[in-house]
Amino acid sequence: MIGFVNGIGRTTLAFMEATGKLAMFTALALSHCLRPPFYLRHIGRQMVDIGYYSLPVVGLTAVFTGMVLALQSYSGFARFNAESAIATVVVLSITRELGPVLAGLMVAGRIGAAMAAELGTMRVTEQVDALTTLSTNPFKYLIAPRLIAGTTMLPLLVLVADIIGVFGGYLVSVYRLGFNASTYINNTWQYLEFMDVVSGLVKAACFGFVIALMGCYHGYNSKGGAQGVGAATTNAVVSASILILVLNYLLTGIFFS
Amino acid sequence: MSMNGNGAVNGQGGATPKISLQGVKKAFGPKVVLDGIDLDIARGESVVIIGGSGTGKSVLLKCILGILEPDAGTIRIDGEDTTHARGREREAMMRKFGMLFQGAALFDSLPVWENVAFGLIQGQQLGRREAKERAVATLGAVGLNPEVADLFPAELSGGMQKRVGLARAIATRPEVIFFDEPTTGLDPIMADVINDLIVKCVRDLGATAVSITHDMASARKIADRVAMLYKGRLIWVGPVSEIDRSDNPYVEQFINGRAEGPIQMQIRAF
Repeated sequence: MIGFVNGIGRTTLAFMEATGKLAMFTALALSHCLRPPFYLRHIGRQMVDIGYYSLPVVGLTAVFTGMVLALQSYSGFARFNAESAIATVVVLSITRELGPVLAGLMVAGRIGAAMAAELGTMRVTEQVDALTTLSTNPFKYLIAPRLIAGTTMLPLLVLVADIIGVFGGYLVSVYRLGFNASTYINNTWQYLEFMDVVSGLVKAACFGFVIALMGCYHGYNSKGGAQGVGAATTNAVVSASILILVLNYLLTGIFFS
Repeated sequence: MSMNGNGAVNGQGGATPKISLQGVKKAFGPKVVLDGIDLDIARGESVVIIGGSGTGKSVLLKCILGILEPDAGTIRIDGEDTTHARGREREAMMRKFGMLFQGAALFDSLPVWENVAFGLIQGQQLGRREAKERAVATLGAVGLNPEVADLFPAELSGGMQKRVGLARAIATRPEVIFFDEPTTGLDPIMADVINDLIVKCVRDLGATAVSITHDMASARKIADRVAMLYKGRLIWVGPVSEIDRSDNPYVEQFINGRAEGPIQMQIRAF
């Protein structure tokens, strides 16, 4: 019985400690994002890496999601003659939910893992310490550019993903299900509100921040050689993915309550 | 070989020590790594800290550098207490330091010249063109051709990486240079080349040098004074010329590399 209670206590303490460490890390990283000097060259490089090079994977995800959405909602809505709602379902699902969440999850796998592996390797080969000895703050040089790039580029990526996703739905509806093209486009615009897109973009910014934060946090604190870097990479992707899903629920609750 | 006798810069004795450690303690959880270290290092002096693997040599170096914060005791640089320095104060202190890491720790995303010029560009806000010229000149000082400047660290052999690491450590003309096992992993000839370069660079800069090593050939070559670390304490400190007459069984076992003796092998890293 005592062992059981001990176990609960130990787990709780470990959880509190991890939360506190992450909170301090986040606060420190944020403060360095806001104070000069800014490493513009690094911010630019990260932006290209996150924004531009993620386009193919995010675009592919979006187009197939849009296509599947159109097919699925057709097979459902045809049962009660509501086919005209397909365009609305596709555009709302993509902009409000699937665009940001799927892009976030794909980028978490692509970028979060890369950040954790890169920073982790820098940590275990003492490159992070070397930065400090060259009077450069690793938070400013390594972490702030990644956070800034993640937070700014993900909304742009999601905006592109929204357009591609809606286009995927259009392709299937018009060329496979035989809808009239102009009617479909009209239906797409008719019920779409500004807030639908904006909420998705705000979500994307939050997800971008979380992905970069988890990648940096786990990479920066990794230890113990190759195995440690591997663990950091896994933890970065898993924790970013879970946080994206949780945050998505919370943000949806705030936006549409 | 002594690096002393370098004119006015070497004020050994008398003046404020360049680095002064008093009662420095550091523990990781229950494991005590440094258990009260007292050591004064004079300006322009070269001190080598020897000791087996896992005796806390690297931790001691990282405490002086400020990468780790000691649990107790004080560290003074030029008489100023820097034990708990943060932010700008620490960055200003870091500008006095250069460090050669064990694995060279070169930034693999940057070409060789940018590695060498890193402290000049980031720390001293030098323009990139001027910094590159200085970097190429510094590479020359450690015996590397200008063609190496545009290669990436991964394209270099271990010995070359060490040279680039040394060039990076001295490029900003620091007052104190730290060497973390400078000859580990090198063949004996390359190790001697690095030792010679260290002696030469430190002498040219008139810098204070603090090295950790378990390579006695290296220690004999670069040290003015040797300090032996064992179980978190300095058990012997003296001029390198006296190390063979220390009458200390621990030191004798270590410098002669014998398996039998009072020193027990550490199992855990720290």
